[in-house]
Amino acid sequence: MERKAVDLWVGMFVVAGFIALMMLALKVGNFGAYSPKDVYVVTAHFDNIGGLKEQAPVRSSGVVVGRVAGVRFDSKKFDAEVTLTMDGQFKFPTDTTAAILTSGILGENYVGLEAGGEEQFLKNGDVVKLTQSAVVLEKIISQFLYSKAQETPTPPKDK
Amino acid sequence: MRDGLLDWFRLIGGKTINAVWRIGSGTRFLFLILLYSGLSFRRFGLTMRKIFFSGVLSTIIIVVSGLFVGMVLALQGYETLQVYGSEEKLGVLVALSLLRELGPVVSGLLFASRAGSAITAEIGLMKATEQLSAMDIMAVNPIGRVVAPHFWGGVISMPILATIFSAMGIFGAYLVGVVLIGVDVGAFWSQMQAAVDFRYDIVNSLIKSLVFGIAITAIATYEGFDAAPTAEGVSGATARTVVTSSLAILALDLVLTGFMLRGWN
Repeated sequence: MERKAVDLWVGMFVVAGFIALMMLALKVGNFGAYSPKDVYVVTAHFDNIGGLKEQAPVRSSGVVVGRVAGVRFDSKKFDAEVTLTMDGQFKFPTDTTAAILTSGILGENYVGLEAGGEEQFLKNGDVVKLTQSAVVLEKIISQFLYSKAQETPTPPKDK
Repeated sequence: MRDGLLDWFRLIGGKTINAVWRIGSGTRFLFLILLYSGLSFRRFGLTMRKIFFSGVLSTIIIVVSGLFVGMVLALQGYETLQVYGSEEKLGVLVALSLLRELGPVVSGLLFASRAGSAITAEIGLMKATEQLSAMDIMAVNPIGRVVAPHFWGGVISMPILATIFSAMGIFGAYLVGVVLIGVDVGAFWSQMQAAVDFRYDIVNSLIKSLVFGIAITAIATYEGFDAAPTAEGVSGATARTVVTSSLAILALDLVLTGFMLRGWN
């Protein structure tokens, strides 16, 4: 097959596009990276989930160990039921505590897990019983003001 | 007075009907292109030459403007982000705005004015000098032989150009943000990697640019094929190509962004 100059230029063009795509994929983006094959699903009930969304990370000691698969309102218990998809290689004791935390002051919400001391591990379909709700800033401020108001004012010292 | 009003309504109505008419015949033209596309793949050399003309020759302007857009984004972004002490997020800001919006849209606008107008002028001039009729007489289908290779050349080139634009923009932002201003290099890349998702951002960017490529080249070839066979007709068609395809890019971008951000269902 005869070779033309056009072929060389188009080849260079396509290679440049491919290099650009590779740079975007490897240097700029992640491959949606976190999707482990071996997973187990647990649920947890929270009084208040704050701004937790689906796909939010589940972290333990700051390391991502799972994802929030779903958030729904439990109309029997009147609280929020959060479904967590956990990476199968990380096992947690049954008395693990789940808390809804915030990364930084303005950051997004995530679920933080703190391992307990039980010998048994959480299995697929289990419920995390010990939970801690999201911190609502307005509540803290009102509690703070309330406790301040209850303090007996220190009498001004006489000279 | 009453006649004047009537004329005015007649004018509006005529323009509206004409616009709808053109949309209809443009759609039929797009189907004809797809129908007669066989030749542009059997003789891929034809399409190769068009990729060279609309893609390779547009690379310079895409590379340079991508670099500059990225540099300006880094400057502007830094000015705002440093107020909140979060200049490490500069990489995220630049990468997401380039991949989601500016990459496909700006390279689409550049492609429309650089390559789309050239396509219209070439086909329109071939029509004005009766080369297309000559092909018809020789039993060569002008849509299959001339129009479809232009179309596929543009459709193939556009995603490549948009990808190069985004990559160059991020490189330009790196030059200004990290090398010039001194944002921490590790934070710049790692925050970017944490925020940019391959499927959600990069693949959607490619989809956008592919759709824009189809729209631009379909409009450009249609305007050229439909041009009045005079010097004025060709120049009018070229101007219409740039206007129509730029507006089409912006409108399609709004629709696609809506779908991409809020899901397809």
